[in-house]
Amino acid sequence: MQAKAELDCKGLGCPLPILKTKKAIEALSSGEILKVITTELASVSDMQSWCRHSGHTLLQSDEQKGEFVFYVRKK
Amino acid sequence: MDIKNKNTEAKKKLSLFVGSGTLDKAYPPLMIASTAVAMEIETQIFFHFYGLELVKKKLSLKISPSGNPAMPFQMPFGSEWLQKINLPIPNVIPNNLPFFEHIATALMKKKIKSKKIPAVEELREILLESGVKFCVCQTSAELFGYTQADFIEQVQFCGAATALEFSLHADITLNF
Repeated sequence: MQAKAELDCKGLGCPLPILKTKKAIEALSSGEILKVITTELASVSDMQSWCRHSGHTLLQSDEQKGEFVFYVRKK
Repeated sequence: MDIKNKNTEAKKKLSLFVGSGTLDKAYPPLMIASTAVAMEIETQIFFHFYGLELVKKKLSLKISPSGNPAMPFQMPFGSEWLQKINLPIPNVIPNNLPFFEHIATALMKKKIKSKKIPAVEELREILLESGVKFCVCQTSAELFGYTQADFIEQVQFCGAATALEFSLHADITLNF
């Protein structure tokens, strides 16, 4: 998947991944995709909740070698 | 033409009451509030009683294992097995050992830093930058002899009616 920007949240705990994702997505235009990488398990359900609430689309959520990778499309 | 901003129209509200002023009790409300910010929830925090300590210009938040049997007492450094050891501290030690609070506070601050958790000052900054309203109970300030000069500039002195009115229109109210 082609992401416009990538955000590294490895090693960060709640609520920082969500806060940084919000900031990063503000810099994008509607329809553009942000890739976020975290290492915290809680961020999997947090990212889902945040997307549901904020209206952005969580296109994909994967685990790769202990890292969680998300693709979020800006509303 | 009537242009309505859907975003503000649908904005949810969160009202927090903070009455504790120790380092450990500072975190839950500030973490919840910063998450609310990320979720674009309009947030107001009413600081009353000991909660005032969290909005002072100069923070000197401490932690004490005294009377807090739930607090794990762990080393913030050393090997992983060492850090996992939980040393139960009987009340007689923190109650009678001078400077024990300082030791516990220093260890906790070190642990917070090593786990990459933001400091209270940083969380506070994030909240203020994001437009979270900080209300300070004036009666509590008067009780402890604090003036507006003791607090960070962004706080507003207000009373319980202001806090309750916001809560009446809020979707969630939490007390800490």
